[in-house]
Amino acid sequence: MKIGIPRALLYFKNEKFWTTYFDEIGVEYIVSPETNKEILTKGENLAIDETCLPTKLLLGHIDWLIGKCDYIFIPRVAFHRGYEMCTKFLAQTDLVSNVFRDRDIKLLFYNVGDKKIYRERKAVIKMGKFLKVKRSQRKYAYIMAKQAQQYFEMFREQNQEKVLQESSRTKILLVAHSYNVGDKYVGEPVINMIKSLGCEPIIAEYMDEMKCIRASHEVSENMPWAYNRHLLGAIELLKDKVDGIILLTTFPCGTDSMVNEFIVRKYKHKPVMTLTVDSQDGSAGMETRIESFIDIIQLRKEKV
Amino acid sequence: MINGGIVACFPHLANYAYAFKYICEKGFEVKYLIPPPISKKTLELGSKNSPDYVCSPFKYSMGCFLEALDSGANCLMQIYGGCRLNYYGELNATILRDMGYKFEFFDMAAVDWHSRKSVFENFRKINPEMSIVKVGLAIPVTLKIIETLDKFEDFIRRNVGFEVNDGEFDATYKEFLGRLENLSGGKELKILKKAYWRKLNSIKLNKPAGTIKVGFVGDYFTVQEPFSNYFMEKELAKFGMEVYRRMNITCSVIHKENKKKRKIAKKYAKYNLGATANCTVAEAIEFAKAGCAGIIQVKSFGCTPEIDVMPILQNVSRDFNIPVLHFSFDSQTSETGVKTRLEAFYDMVEARSGK
Repeated sequence: MKIGIPRALLYFKNEKFWTTYFDEIGVEYIVSPETNKEILTKGENLAIDETCLPTKLLLGHIDWLIGKCDYIFIPRVAFHRGYEMCTKFLAQTDLVSNVFRDRDIKLLFYNVGDKKIYRERKAVIKMGKFLKVKRSQRKYAYIMAKQAQQYFEMFREQNQEKVLQESSRTKILLVAHSYNVGDKYVGEPVINMIKSLGCEPIIAEYMDEMKCIRASHEVSENMPWAYNRHLLGAIELLKDKVDGIILLTTFPCGTDSMVNEFIVRKYKHKPVMTLTVDSQDGSAGMETRIESFIDIIQLRKEKV
Repeated sequence: MINGGIVACFPHLANYAYAFKYICEKGFEVKYLIPPPISKKTLELGSKNSPDYVCSPFKYSMGCFLEALDSGANCLMQIYGGCRLNYYGELNATILRDMGYKFEFFDMAAVDWHSRKSVFENFRKINPEMSIVKVGLAIPVTLKIIETLDKFEDFIRRNVGFEVNDGEFDATYKEFLGRLENLSGGKELKILKKAYWRKLNSIKLNKPAGTIKVGFVGDYFTVQEPFSNYFMEKELAKFGMEVYRRMNITCSVIHKENKKKRKIAKKYAKYNLGATANCTVAEAIEFAKAGCAGIIQVKSFGCTPEIDVMPILQNVSRDFNIPVLHFSFDSQTSETGVKTRLEAFYDMVEARSGK
C-alpha cells in the first residue's frame, strides 16, 4: 500500500510529524513535488475561481498524485490547540472527494473534530488502525513522530534566534501562514527577494507556537483562529527586534482579510506592508514594492 | 423602567429588528434604535471603512453601525457564527473606535455560553441595572415574534407572484410590521398574528395549477437580507415562480434543524463544513426531491464555506438532474447583470419543465 501526501496546506505545518509517523509504522508514501507551473494551472482549472490560492494548489497537487498511489492523505482539522481553524481545513476532505468524484480516488481519513486535548492523538491512532498497524506500534509511532516535529521546530527557532541576535543587517519580519511561507510558488520568491536586497528575513511562523499564542492574548481578546493567533503573537514578541513587517497573504484569504486589517491598526508605529499574491504570474510588481519598502525602512534607520 | 441613557442597536438582518427591539426594550430595559433601512449609502459607508476583500455582510454591518451611531445609538451588538463571523465583533469595534466613536460593544462571540457567570457579566454590558428575570420572560415572546415573521414571509414568498391586485401582500405585511414596533406583550402578539394571518390568507390569488418552484439557498446573511441579494425573491416572484427557502432563524436557531440537515447531506459531505455549508447542501437535496425546477445559490463574495459547497452543489445538480445557478454578490455587483442572468435562468427552467 502506498500513501500520497499532497505538498500543500497542512503538510507544511506537520511535515516531520507525518513523514516520521508513516516511516515508523512502515507504510510507504510519496510526497508530491514542489509547486510548479503545471501543478498551479491544473489546480486553477479544477477549482472554482473564487477559491483561495492554497486550496487551488492543493487540488493541483492531488491531481499530480492520482494514479501514483493507493490512498491520498487529506486531513481534516477543525481545532488546533483549542482554537478554531479556517473553514477551508474543515472542508478540504469533502471538497476533494467531490471535485475528484469521477476520478475514483481513495482517501485516507484523518479527522480532528473537536476541542478536546487528546483529539489529535486519537485521530492519528485511528488512522493507524485503518492502516492495519499493531496497537503498540501505533502509539510508539505517534510519540516518535511528535518528538521529531518538536525537535525540528525547536532547532528552526533556535537558528532564527541566533540570526536575530547576531545579524546587523536590516531585519524584515515576514508574516505568513506556514503553507504560504513554505510554498515554492508563494513564499520562496519573497524570501529570496528580501535576501537579495541585503536584508535578513525573519519568519514569524518559525517562532514557538505556544509562546506566540500566549502573547497574542495581550493584543486580541477573541480572535478565533489558531494560526492567526500564532502569527499575531510572533509580531507582538518581535516588534522591537525587527525593522519592518511584511504581511504576505494569498488572494482571497478569509482569515487574513480581517486579521491583517487588525494588525495594521494595532501596530501603527511600525512600518507594515501588505503583499497579496494571486495566481497571476509576474513578480516585477512585487519586487518593486519590496524594494521601495526596504528603501524607506533604511532611510528611516539612517535618520535615527 | 426603561434606562434612557442607553440606546442599543443590532445591524439589520431582514425584518428581525422588531424581535431585537422587543427583547431590548422589554427584557434589557434599554431603548432600541431600529437602524435606518439598508440603502446604497449604507453599503458605501460600510465598504469605505472595511478591509478590501472581507465578505459583504461585514460591510453591511459596518455601514449599519455607522448610520446608527450617527443617529444616536451607543450600545452596539454583534452576533457570532461558525466562520469569519466569529471575528466580526472585535474588528467592528476596533475600526469604529479608531474612527473616534465612543460606545459600548456587546460581542456575542466573546461570551462563553456554557458559563452562567460569563453570560450574566456580558449581559450587564448592555444595561448594568438589568434584571435577568425580565430578560428570561422576554425571550419566549421574542422567539414567537421571530417565528411569526418567518411564517408570514414564507407564505408571502410562495404567493406574492400570483396576487390579483399588485402590492397587496406588501401593504398588509408592512401594516403588520408597523403594529409590531410597539408591541406590549405576548397576548397582543397572539391577537395580531391571528388577525393578520387571516388577512394574508384572504388576499385574492390567481394561481395556476402547475407553477414552477424554485429553491433558494445560500449563506446566512445574503439569503435572508433582501437588499444584499438585490431583492431576488421578489424578482423571481415577478416571473410567476414559487420561491422556497428553508434558511431562517426559526429553522436554524429555534428548531435547530442543522443536525437533521447534516444527516441529509451525509452522502455528499462526510463532515461538518463550517457555518451554513451543510445546510445549503441538504436544502438543495430536499428541494430537488420536492420537485423544484431549479436551485439558486446566493452568497457574498469570498464566503469560504459557500465556495466549498459549490463543487458539491454541482454534483447534486448532476445526480438529481436539476439546474443550479450561482450568484456571488459584492459591494459592486450590477443590478442589470443579475436581472439578465435571472431571466436566462427562468427561460431555461421554463423550457425544461415544458418538455
